[in-house]
Amino acid sequence: MGISSLSGYNTSLAPINETLGVYSQLFMLLAAMVYMVAFIFYALDLAQTNKTIAAMDAAALENDHKVLATASATARPVMRRKGSRADNIGEHVVTDKMEYTSRTVRRNMARIAVVLSWLGVAVHGSAVVSRAVAANRVPWGNMYEFLTTGALVVAVVYMIALLVKDLRFMGSFIIGLVTLMLCAATIGFPTPVGHLVPALQSPWIVIHVSIAVLASALFSISFAMNVLQLLQHSRMNRLAAGKPDKLPFMRLVPGAGALENFAYRINTIAFVMWTFTLIAGAIWAEAAWGRYWGWDPKEVWTFVIWVVYAGYLHARATGGWTGPRSAWLSIIGYGCLIFNFTVVNIYFNGLHSYAGV
Amino acid sequence: MARTEKTATKPKKQVKRSDAPVLGPVGMLRWIWTQLTSMSTALFLLLLLAIAAVPGSIFPQRRVNPEMVTEYLERNPASGPWLDRFQLFDVYSSAWFSAIYILLFISLIGCIIPRIRKHAKSLRTPPPRTPARLDRLPQYTKLEFDDAQGTVPAPQEVLQGTAKLLKRRGYRVQMRPDGADPSVAAERGYTREIGNLVFHISLVGVLASMGLGGAFGYGGQRVIVEGETFVNSLVSYDAFSPGTNFNPENLEPYSVTLDKFEILFDRESETHFGQPLDFTAHVTTRRGPQAEPQAEEIKVNHPLRINGADVYLVGNGYAPVITVRDGEGNVAFSGPVVSVPQDSVYTSMMVAKVPDATPDQLGFQGFLLPTAMLDENNFGISGDPNAINPQLHLNAYAGDLGIDNGVPQNVYVLDTENMTEINSRSLDAGGIILEAGQTYELPDGLGSITFDDLKRYIAVDINSDPGKLPIAIFSGLALLGLGVSLFTPRRRVWVKLTNGGGTGGIEFALLARGEDPRLENEARELRAIFERTWPVAQDDNEQGEVRGN
Ligand code: HEM
Repeated sequence: MGISSLSGYNTSLAPINETLGVYSQLFMLLAAMVYMVAFIFYALDLAQTNKTIAAMDAAALENDHKVLATASATARPVMRRKGSRADNIGEHVVTDKMEYTSRTVRRNMARIAVVLSWLGVAVHGSAVVSRAVAANRVPWGNMYEFLTTGALVVAVVYMIALLVKDLRFMGSFIIGLVTLMLCAATIGFPTPVGHLVPALQSPWIVIHVSIAVLASALFSISFAMNVLQLLQHSRMNRLAAGKPDKLPFMRLVPGAGALENFAYRINTIAFVMWTFTLIAGAIWAEAAWGRYWGWDPKEVWTFVIWVVYAGYLHARATGGWTGPRSAWLSIIGYGCLIFNFTVVNIYFNGLHSYAGV
Repeated sequence: MARTEKTATKPKKQVKRSDAPVLGPVGMLRWIWTQLTSMSTALFLLLLLAIAAVPGSIFPQRRVNPEMVTEYLERNPASGPWLDRFQLFDVYSSAWFSAIYILLFISLIGCIIPRIRKHAKSLRTPPPRTPARLDRLPQYTKLEFDDAQGTVPAPQEVLQGTAKLLKRRGYRVQMRPDGADPSVAAERGYTREIGNLVFHISLVGVLASMGLGGAFGYGGQRVIVEGETFVNSLVSYDAFSPGTNFNPENLEPYSVTLDKFEILFDRESETHFGQPLDFTAHVTTRRGPQAEPQAEEIKVNHPLRINGADVYLVGNGYAPVITVRDGEGNVAFSGPVVSVPQDSVYTSMMVAKVPDATPDQLGFQGFLLPTAMLDENNFGISGDPNAINPQLHLNAYAGDLGIDNGVPQNVYVLDTENMTEINSRSLDAGGIILEAGQTYELPDGLGSITFDDLKRYIAVDINSDPGKLPIAIFSGLALLGLGVSLFTPRRRVWVKLTNGGGTGGIEFALLARGEDPRLENEARELRAIFERTWPVAQDDNEQGEVRGN
């Protein structure tokens, strides 16, 4: 009797530290809470700065009235004095270059929010690292890990960008997204630490997935900018048409053109990374499944995202497609990205369905 | 506003049209060509391509999973055939999907060719003429020379030195020493367009290579049981799909013997217990009839690369070895029967057909349980994926297997229409339960069945795709070209002597072509270089400040 299959008991893979895994999950929750508080402070900052500006507006208006009064007293045509309002406000809104300048006014709420964000990143980072140590492998092998590691990358990219550019106006947006991702991971896809299934055991998981996650993080940031760009654009149009300002807090946000250009630069970097993801995925698929491209649902959507963003890049070179239209393409691209990550992972069955749902 | 504009221009257009000469067929073609190769058409086709790709992820695709398409058609008898008529189960080879990408690539080629020509010309054209007033340009700097900082060089020397410095920074430079306003003009970033062209050409290359693979490649499937040898020839494949120009003569005569197949299961984790961790097929290969045998491994992420073909491990299971004797005592069948695992503990469905049995043909159908146990209802179940206590649980049938009438049959399905059940739980004779090494005598002297041994088998995909290497090369080039094209700034610099050609100092200005957030940086760096090279006056006032836009 030649039964030769009793050999399944020795394991050649490094063991799993399940206790550390539990601690990691605890830390993840803690990070979500810290981010939540940071989010509240970013929101408070927006509200407070908005109030300050409104107060300055009112003061400026009063000042204008005085000028007007003296002017009419001397019966000379009124030249609106350059300055009283525009100059002061410049210290409170973010310039189109989004740089910190010596004139940038201290925003205490924002400072607290940034400190809390760093704290969140530290806790979150240790949670992700301890997960990796517990599992003895890269921490991106299932939905829970994609979400938690992806959220960390979004947060870190944002915090690094914050060091050089004054992007605090996006804080509630980005940190809100990060909080959401962590909540989705811990509530929607709690997964204890485990080994990778054989199909994922390849050096390509390190390269392919990490670049995909990084690209997604960059797309998230440019998405936020494109949304703000559209809001700013329509607000400017309303103002130009003499209608009241429905979104006064948008005064804290740079102009639509500046947002568009910044988003474009981020999108170009992310697009190159996504192209790399696509190619690396094809190489991996060739090794794992015997074909480099098979129109698996996940592959279809990766391709769709790539084509939409290629369309976005083309739009910027096509007359009449810059501004809101190209912003919409970027937003649609991001929508596809989210779709690919959520609906395709969970509901479409294909070769990628082992994502640990 | 837009509306009034429209109504205002409408009549104008009509007038124009009637005035315009009627396009001849050539003119018409030219007009179509211009439209097709325009940027907005490219944009439109790209977005259309994205939309057209989506249904392929919603509906099952024949090329990926034909069984699911059949199932879908059965479950949706009303809508299914309509979807099929619009090729929604073959999206990526459909007429409409092909039309979009072929148009896109025609547009692309039509776009590339004139751009190559144009760029070749611009590579030979010197930077444009020096503007009369540099201080109108977005990045402008003026530097005064000062004796106190060193010897002030001669005008000619300044021009030549500047040209050399700019050249070293990657600019293409032209000196313009003559005239009232001696200057140096420089431009950099020609590689941007080259990168862009390489990128787009590589896309064409990728598509062409895919066509090459489709024409000359092939793919096939085969199940190999431990101890069996696969010899590469058409008859050895269980399924084979050749490319359009495939020639069976080109099949290389190599062989692969499966010596042993091993699976490692997770035995430590409580949460993932029994999850497979590793599959390894130990094989002996021969790369030709005379070649030395070689011991190799096939794993999930490590295909066997052999003579231009790739052998991938795509499935595995158990193959019980059975011997069936017929009513006359002759061995009617002996060998492994491939069973199909149904769950994670390898409860495997098996069907054995014995057409050579006399007087009646025999058929068996049932399950292999690798580690047989009884559940609370006394049903046999498998408790583990490894074969610790293997058992066969079978029903037996005698009669006509229906094989001889020429209709191809699925080997995994037993057609019992013309057969009589002779063993099953519901009959007095009961079902057959066999442990390894046991023999069961069939009722009414119809024969016997013996469970001799249990082997594992692997299912492999064998592919050959001559397009792979060129695709890899073109993809790499595309990525490289993309990076170069997106991140190479295109800039122009003009440097002039101030004081109408004397060496009182220099002024320079930069102009970006396209988006260039780092132009200001470049201006600052050029200034630093000039200050290091020439005796520039060190004053703190506004004079030398870099002015950004
Ligand atoms: C197969 C479809 C195509 C894809 C995937 C594609 C992709 C891209 C990408 C990613 C870029 C950005 C790179 C850069 O800006 O340097 C780009 C730029 C460009 N593409 Fe395409 N392209 C395609 C077809 C076409 C076609 C048909 C045309 C001509 C009508 C075209 C003309 C251009 C031009 C002129 C640029 C430069 C735009 C700029 O200066 O920003 N492309 N393309």
